[in-house]
Amino acid sequence: MSLPPSDKAAVLARIREALRLPARVPHDAADHHIPSAPILPAKGELGRWLPAVGEAYEERVALLSAQAVVLKADFIRVPTLDAVPAKLAALGAAESWPVDGIAAHPGALSEEIARKAGFAPFVVAPGYDKERLEACAAGITACEAVVAQTGSVLVTARESGGRALTVLPPHHVVVVTAEQLVPDLPAAFARLREKYGTDLPSLVSFITGPSRTGDIERILVLGAHGPKKLTILFVG
Amino acid sequence: MTGIERLFRRDVRGTTADVPRRAFVRRALSGYFAKRYPLQDAYADWQQARATASAVKFNAVNHLADHLETFAKAAEKRGTQVFFASNGKQARDYVAALCRERGVRSIVKAKTMTGEEIHLNEMLEADGYRVVESDLGEYIVQLRKEHPYHFVFPCMHLKRGEIRETFAKALGAAAVPSDEPEALTMVARRVLRQEFVRADLGISGANFLVAETGQISITENEGNARLTCALPRIHVALVGIEKVVPRFEDLALFLPMLGTAGGGQALTGYNTLYAGPRQPGEADGPEEFHVILLDNHRTRLLADPEQRDALHCIRCGACLNVCPIFKNIGGHAYGTTYQGPIGSVITPHLRGLQDWKHLSGASSLCGACTETCPVKIDLHHHLLRNRRNAVREKGTWWERLLFRGFGFAASRPALFNLGSRLAVPALKVQALVSGKRFDPARLWTKTRTLPAPPDRTFKQLWAERQKAKGAR
Repeated sequence: MSLPPSDKAAVLARIREALRLPARVPHDAADHHIPSAPILPAKGELGRWLPAVGEAYEERVALLSAQAVVLKADFIRVPTLDAVPAKLAALGAAESWPVDGIAAHPGALSEEIARKAGFAPFVVAPGYDKERLEACAAGITACEAVVAQTGSVLVTARESGGRALTVLPPHHVVVVTAEQLVPDLPAAFARLREKYGTDLPSLVSFITGPSRTGDIERILVLGAHGPKKLTILFVG
Repeated sequence: MTGIERLFRRDVRGTTADVPRRAFVRRALSGYFAKRYPLQDAYADWQQARATASAVKFNAVNHLADHLETFAKAAEKRGTQVFFASNGKQARDYVAALCRERGVRSIVKAKTMTGEEIHLNEMLEADGYRVVESDLGEYIVQLRKEHPYHFVFPCMHLKRGEIRETFAKALGAAAVPSDEPEALTMVARRVLRQEFVRADLGISGANFLVAETGQISITENEGNARLTCALPRIHVALVGIEKVVPRFEDLALFLPMLGTAGGGQALTGYNTLYAGPRQPGEADGPEEFHVILLDNHRTRLLADPEQRDALHCIRCGACLNVCPIFKNIGGHAYGTTYQGPIGSVITPHLRGLQDWKHLSGASSLCGACTETCPVKIDLHHHLLRNRRNAVREKGTWWERLLFRGFGFAASRPALFNLGSRLAVPALKVQALVSGKRFDPARLWTKTRTLPAPPDRTFKQLWAERQKAKGAR
């Protein structure tokens, strides 16, 4: 026995039949001065109406750091890459991470920093032990970008050690370099497009603050399933 | 009156009488309003953002077949297995066959309303699989054997004490030492961690399908969907066909709007796009990734050009939050997968107009839903259109008779005048018994108050005014 055949032809035929009558162009009397044309808006139009972000670099860093406060993430500015391992070691000391109790992925902004900080990290690679990763106190990763507009960290399966490393350990530390700061979401999408074309990593994730829930009485609780803490180490 | 409507009326009598629960739900929503409006005001222009989002969705829905073909092609190129399901049964059978074929034992689910719609859990449990909801709210309602109260905030109606009791019953009292939300959340975290690690199959929904890249996009706060899509060896996403957007970049607009309208957040905690199973060189991820594209009568709604824009919906739930009906009758009374104004609009299309038309009557037509909708669905007018269509399709004989009688009288001035003159004393008599057992208009007046009866008819008033003018 195998999987049932897809009903693709029938579904598409029903859709085409249903679309034979054209829809009215959306219009409502209350705000008819705003055109709702059936024409697909140009890509450049998409970000125009989102919250504005300042032009100056320092302004953007300030916005990112302010957003981190709102999101209850930790934003730490580190002057140079050489200073990052010491910072990581301090974070580890504060939470008493075991020497072999943190996870990383291969690369200069993850495994190498963890080693320089004096850890013997568990390095994720195809076929790694999930239980071992689950037992780690922290995960340290690189990212694709950080977004000033929303305070988000953009990670991908290729750049940040797969899918689970950024969400399974209770503390996610992400190392960001200065040129990875983008002003807004459209810029983040443009950066991915430029780097990967359509050959995108199988996971692209905007992480906005530590894991959270409001499901019980709409009261905010951090660390619902993912990390309770998110630390952004911003270099530069 | 159908059995479904009778049930609705019975439930509503109960839920509207539960004043403390209504107050609790309102209080729970107050935080949402306090956060949403300042965020919305921070947009360079929220109204223009709505218009732009609406235009993108208009394009997506009105070229749906092309976009879905593009999606399937791009997804398959990445190793995703795309399955088109005409109805719930086909989708359920596909998941069942997959479980059998791949020797699945344990299933972990991230939130999927489409799964609720086709009763996926019931089928899987009947087949003997262990199915665990991982979204905290969904987990709680699953343990209580309830349905979600609100399709974004599934257990917003429950108090912490009730949740503690639920956990204590399922996990033992010793496992639940406190009723603090923080402590309760950590109990669920511990229990569900084990489920994630041992599950063979992860089932999720999706908020968007990106046609161009073959990605699905999932928006969540907890990270449970991230884990569902990372740890099990198979991932199945169950998605309604209307969820498509044409381009990758479109999400730069939709993700923040969904966060703002849906949860009062600039951006929801995790917005994740998945393209295929684990790709060569990636550390982890499922070996297989299946996307089920579900019609299940969405094409019936699509075939109605007047209400087609209801398929623009991104399921943010904002229309529920602002709806006076939702706030007073509560989410369970609807008896639908999708509650609130959007549910009242689409359920008659998905499940039969005559059975579900009463939901379109349960409305104040205040238009708050239309105003708050981030993709500008003409919700409150669609409620009127459902009412009209229901009568057009199958009116009642007495209503027809009544209107024919009114038409007869209204087109004969002598008869109309006589009628309105008789109405003045009749209304005075009615006022004496208004709402009481002998009131002929009791069905209407038992919950409403008529204005004080007038002394004269409009015609009499008008004649007097003209006379007074002439005298001056």
